[in-house]
Amino acid sequence: MAGQVQALRRRIRTVKSTKKIAKAQELVATSRIAKAQERVNASKPYAEAITQVLTALASNASVDNPLLKPRETVRRAGVLLITSDRGLAGAYNANAIRTCEQLIARLREDGKDVALYVIGRKGSGYYRFRNRDIAASWTGFSERPTFEDARKVGESLLEAFVAGADDTDDSHGPDGIQGVDELHIVSTRFKSLMTQSAEAHFLAPMQVEEREREPGLRPAYEFEPDAEELLDALLPKYLNTRIYAALLSSAASESASRRRAMKSASDNADDLLKRYTREMNSARQAAITQEISEIVGGANALAAAGSDE
Amino acid sequence: MANQLHVQVVAVEEKIWSGDAEMLVARTTEGEIGVLPHHAPLLGLLKEPSQVRVKLAGGEQLTYDVTGGFLSVDADGVTVLAESASPAEPESR
Repeated sequence: MAGQVQALRRRIRTVKSTKKIAKAQELVATSRIAKAQERVNASKPYAEAITQVLTALASNASVDNPLLKPRETVRRAGVLLITSDRGLAGAYNANAIRTCEQLIARLREDGKDVALYVIGRKGSGYYRFRNRDIAASWTGFSERPTFEDARKVGESLLEAFVAGADDTDDSHGPDGIQGVDELHIVSTRFKSLMTQSAEAHFLAPMQVEEREREPGLRPAYEFEPDAEELLDALLPKYLNTRIYAALLSSAASESASRRRAMKSASDNADDLLKRYTREMNSARQAAITQEISEIVGGANALAAAGSDE
Repeated sequence: MANQLHVQVVAVEEKIWSGDAEMLVARTTEGEIGVLPHHAPLLGLLKEPSQVRVKLAGGEQLTYDVTGGFLSVDADGVTVLAESASPAEPESR
């Protein structure tokens, strides 16, 4: 009996320290969400302005940029997956990876080869453990991405995309590098504190929406330098902006997901604590009751033995 | 308002400055350009690296060091889009 009390006491201590960790993680995640959301909002003016500018360009210039033109045959598709560096974030990484797997399966069905690009230790760990090829991976900034990070990723994706232009069915083209013919991105969209969803999007070739022509209202833009050169300069920037936006939204989702997971973990720890405390109290009481009845029984036996003499 | 130019300076990570000014001076890859109110719509790629000067109504001037920037002028005003922008050091003006 006393042994059981001991064991329960140890259980309670364990649950208590687990709860502390969960609680601390929850608080950290809560403050991170607010910061991440701020950064999402701070990045919006640029994203809106660049989209507007590209729309203006696309509807004013003859669009003939390799980044905009879908390739006739797509042999190899690049997939960029955004995951977190740390765990304890509920289903965040599992969802992102599952969405990525679905996308890969779909691409394979269409007869396309897949090159994987992974951001975040969890994603790269998943694929490395399964001995799957990763074209490139980046880690260390999933919780607070900067534009510099997005640019690094964007540059190597762009490089692969450009290198894919001259690939043929059985060779890697004159440049000898196996590139990709289209780019996809799998990231987690932050809808609200309670809802985040992993989504796959097309990254390149890009589809710039041509705005509906409002007669007479469309400004005739002057370009400095000419429109083609401008487009060459702007499209890579736009690609980086897209990646940056995806990174920010994923970072916010990661924190929200972690907060939710840690909240239910610490709630669960509370329930466990309550149950174990009750169990321990009743075990202790049972031990005491048993001891008393043993003493009483012993005394009675002695008394009975004494009166017999 | 009619003779004021609405200026926005936005970097990727945040909005740097926005407000009304008299004139904006920047250097595109083709050459220096000054934008006054009612300028014709224009898109320009800024020289790398370059400075953007915003002349305010009171004769004051704001200067920003800009990298990876471009310039968009439309009916609503001027927008300077930059990968990064920071207020220039006073002595380098």
